[in-house]
Amino acid sequence: MALPKVLSLREHDSEDSERRTRIGQKTKDDKTQESPETTPIVRYRGVKKSFGDVEVLKGIDLDMMPGEKVAVIGPSGSGKTTLARLLMTLERPSAGIIEVEGEPLYHKRVGARLVPADERHIARMRSKIGMVFQHFNLFPHRTILQNVTEAPIHVKKMPRLEAEEKAREMLEKVGLIEHIDKYPEQLSGGQKQRVAIARALVMEPKIMLFDEPTSALDPELVGEVLAVIKEIAEKGDMAMMLITHEMQFAREVADRVLFTDGGNIVEQGTPEEIFEHPKSERLQAFLARFLGGVGGGGQ
Amino acid sequence: MTSLETLISLLPTLMKGLVVTLEVFLLGSVVAAVLAFIAGLMRLSKFRIVRFLAAFYVEFFRGTSLLIQLFWIFYVLPFFGLDLSALTAGVLALGLNYGAYGSEVVRSAILSVPRGQTEAAIALNMSPVLRFRRIILPQAWPLMIPPFGNLLIELLKGTSLVSLITLSDLTFQAMSLRTTVSKLEIPIFALLLIIYFVIAYAVTLLMRALEKKATVGRA
Repeated sequence: MALPKVLSLREHDSEDSERRTRIGQKTKDDKTQESPETTPIVRYRGVKKSFGDVEVLKGIDLDMMPGEKVAVIGPSGSGKTTLARLLMTLERPSAGIIEVEGEPLYHKRVGARLVPADERHIARMRSKIGMVFQHFNLFPHRTILQNVTEAPIHVKKMPRLEAEEKAREMLEKVGLIEHIDKYPEQLSGGQKQRVAIARALVMEPKIMLFDEPTSALDPELVGEVLAVIKEIAEKGDMAMMLITHEMQFAREVADRVLFTDGGNIVEQGTPEEIFEHPKSERLQAFLARFLGGVGGGGQ
Repeated sequence: MTSLETLISLLPTLMKGLVVTLEVFLLGSVVAAVLAFIAGLMRLSKFRIVRFLAAFYVEFFRGTSLLIQLFWIFYVLPFFGLDLSALTAGVLALGLNYGAYGSEVVRSAILSVPRGQTEAAIALNMSPVLRFRRIILPQAWPLMIPPFGNLLIELLKGTSLVSLITLSDLTFQAMSLRTTVSKLEIPIFALLLIIYFVIAYAVTLLMRALEKKATVGRA
């Protein structure tokens, strides 16, 4: 698909393509070996969420396997952001159960019953999850380095020197090592988002949530952020939920693509199934609209 | 015309008053600041009863006059067995009154820190206390400083009312000079204005310095 929207990605393609095929094989192998005995790292069961009278999620069932990269696409207001926010404990589900590594996120098992969990349990569960936000949400009163060391030092109680060393390593990885003493407002949007990614990664989550990480960026800055995320996806063994409007990116990075609409997961499958052979009318219409007439036909 | 000598002769008495004024001002400010934070945070509590108690305090002390609060604390509470010294009564009334105003400053400054900051802190698994201390307060604090400066100056001017509950503050001393020394109203009250103005201006400069310090590294 030669879409102008994703042209910026093309420049990374040549260097990445080799690694991608290699990784692609690896993930396939992993799956055939592991899937029978591995429990899902994330499991949604009948999850509903309402805000006032508006039901934004209408009963979501979803399993994510360890290391799996799941892209979530769908129109605005389809509930895809809420899906991630529930997992990050930024919103509570109105009904249903979310499990992380087989343990309920918001509940504790008491015998056979589930009772609402205390803050301590939720904090323990939350430590397995990291999130990158659409609007970065960097701490404006802290330098770039301090943004990244804040949680390791104060949440994980890591010695300052060790935290700084790890933070530098992360910032090096996202290409921002020369900016560590600046404040967020001195950086471009793309740089800010890369700091936010480093800040989340340094906590070593098992699941990373990306909530439209490039939607607030100027078009020319989208590529640098997607390249970083792609690199993490390829090298890391974290499970990732990528909520995005960048179709080409979803296609390249995801093992599985979910299409949400009207508070339901309407269709899911491999990137090829979703983008080349969309079954539901709603997905076909969405892709047609999104890909500017190119539709699901593909290359 | 008054000579420089007569002006200077007024000063020792006024300085005695100044000491009392500064004492009431400083102690009153501390009490007000503490109450402002307590009540401001209580108004953001998730518990309705806590919010209600704070709102009741704020509305009551904002909605009644400082002078009458002073009279109540000093002249009426003794009938209920609570006999406070004039200084304690003055400090308490000023603290309660300006703490009520200050709590609104605290509350609105905290509310104006974007919600995304709290969410980012939650995503990093920071506890509520940690979130407040390391993320929210450092961003809310610079916003509080200018309105706090205004309130401190209001509080300073409010201290002149303690002369009405027998404290020998600056205003009290000026009034007594007026009755003991004749025909010196103009210099006495000119000096009174100047002294209050100088303290108020010092407060302004201090708050500006604080604001500069609080926003270091940021525009």
